Amino acid sequence: MSALDKDTVKNIAFLSRLEVPEEKLEPIAQDLSKILDWVEQLSEVDTDGVEAMTSVAEMTLHWRKDEVTSGDQPDLVLQNAPDQADHCYLVPKVVE
Amino acid sequence: MTKLTNLTLAEARDGLKAGEFSAVELTTAHIEAMAAHKDLNAFITETPELALEQAKASDAKIKSGDAGAMEGLPIGMKDLFCTEGVRTTAGSHILDNFIPPYESTVSGNLKKAGSIMLGKTNLDEFAMGSANITSFFGNVKNPWGENVGKDLVPGGSSGGSAAAVSGGLCLAATGTDTGGSIRQPASFTGIVGLKPTYGRCSRWGVVAFASSLDQAGPMTKTVRDSAIMLQSMAGYDVHDSTSAPMDLPNFEAALTGDIKGLKIGIPKEYQVDGMPQEIIDLWKKGEEMLKDAGAEIVQVSLPHTKYALATYYIVAPAEASSNLARYDGVRYGHRAEGDLKSLDDLYCKTRGQGFGEEVQRRIMIGTYVLSAGYYDAYYAKAQKIRTLISQDFKNAHAQCDVILTPTCPSAAFGIGENEDDPVKMYLNDVFTVPTSLAGLPGISVPAGLSEGGLPLGLQLIGRPFDEETLLRTADVLETAAGFSAKPKMLEA
Repeated sequence: MSALDKDTVKNIAFLSRLEVPEEKLEPIAQDLSKILDWVEQLSEVDTDGVEAMTSVAEMTLHWRKDEVTSGDQPDLVLQNAPDQADHCYLVPKVVE
Repeated sequence: MTKLTNLTLAEARDGLKAGEFSAVELTTAHIEAMAAHKDLNAFITETPELALEQAKASDAKIKSGDAGAMEGLPIGMKDLFCTEGVRTTAGSHILDNFIPPYESTVSGNLKKAGSIMLGKTNLDEFAMGSANITSFFGNVKNPWGENVGKDLVPGGSSGGSAAAVSGGLCLAATGTDTGGSIRQPASFTGIVGLKPTYGRCSRWGVVAFASSLDQAGPMTKTVRDSAIMLQSMAGYDVHDSTSAPMDLPNFEAALTGDIKGLKIGIPKEYQVDGMPQEIIDLWKKGEEMLKDAGAEIVQVSLPHTKYALATYYIVAPAEASSNLARYDGVRYGHRAEGDLKSLDDLYCKTRGQGFGEEVQRRIMIGTYVLSAGYYDAYYAKAQKIRTLISQDFKNAHAQCDVILTPTCPSAAFGIGENEDDPVKMYLNDVFTVPTSLAGLPGISVPAGLSEGGLPLGLQLIGRPFDEETLLRTADVLETAAGFSAKPKMLEA
């Protein structure tokens, strides 16, 4: 059984950088527990000596020369920035 | 003459070439159809002015003899492909103001081939869903709903593309498939959907969901149309290191109509508990049709099939949680406003507001299975089972050329159904997910109607990078099935 409690969900939510309202923690705990219970079936598969898949396509990655092929487009890079100044991203002022 | 919106891609191409109509006329007819059927909610962003501009340019090119392979053909673009200067949302609030300064390779390839973009089609948020109900821009309606007097889902995640093609709003559309997102909606809407081999189409500029699974492909009215469109979408791309450095064969030329001597594998493990009789019957019918066409039927075994879905729901959320970490409210997309206590607070509020429920659920599952202490039990275990699933297919393909299965365990269901339990919704992809995990090409071909009068698809699965044999078999199956039923809205 892999039932998650509210505190665990709270921790997962923070690791995921998601603000989850207090009243949602319990329903999410139930949903996630249900999914984790369901994937628990994988433990019955014998995987001793089986290599974990690292690439679905059996090919060698293509090499290229290590050289600059594009760049120097600060306006395009910043085009969608919520806030910017002097070709830099601006974030809200926060006191940690 | 046939209504322009009822033409196939191949017919429209030939008609343009013969001068029977212009690209502007063809495009205008589709823009009118889009305007008349906004209730389907198939598009998030429509680009009619841009389309007409492109159509004029296409007409000039056709006249001067410079036409590309898809010159003047109006298509829909799933709103997961970045399109330069045209808003790209991934169906999410977090990207609802994002205007890419660059073009994805696949949409760029289609543009270069001369195709015309009518707009960006609706989808499940970040392509996570099987019913197109998780989009921030509202659910899409299946054009077939009218036939049964009920609002039906079009499937997902490429639900807008499926509805638009099936409802005659575009000649064809792009889709992306991570666990069935092209094939399942194709089956639900009575069209053809092809997920190519992983690596066949570049992923560059496609908003990422699960990078080891995501693959773009065509959604079309016929198998021939899929062959034509794949030709223009696919190819090696220096910007995607996982795209295959291989020359493209001529996919349309592969449609010889001859499958004599080809071996078709029937995997016994796809006969799952509780599968409706009509799905079993259709599968049997497909087997007989291919046999009558001269193919040899062989029984094959894919013993790890029953573990594929659970494997997928570890691997895909794990990759998604990592991919979606980039949405932080700093560089682009939605940013939370108001009283922010810290940088973490900015991240948490931005992402909490910007992502919908299903996306948050998957990010949290992914984060959990990748977290310290659980990585081996979940993620490493799943990747090992993925190796076994892939090995199953290799063994099966040693005995047969193509595998035949149903595409989905049911026909399209009503909007609001299967929403009480996430696992129930995930079961939609039980037949399509194994192919994705193994990176193989799969195609759904409309093959019959359910007792309720809704389309049902059959899936064919090929060897890696053998889309030619896959398309050849699909073409024969399509001809034999002779699926001619249409949504009622096309009769008017």
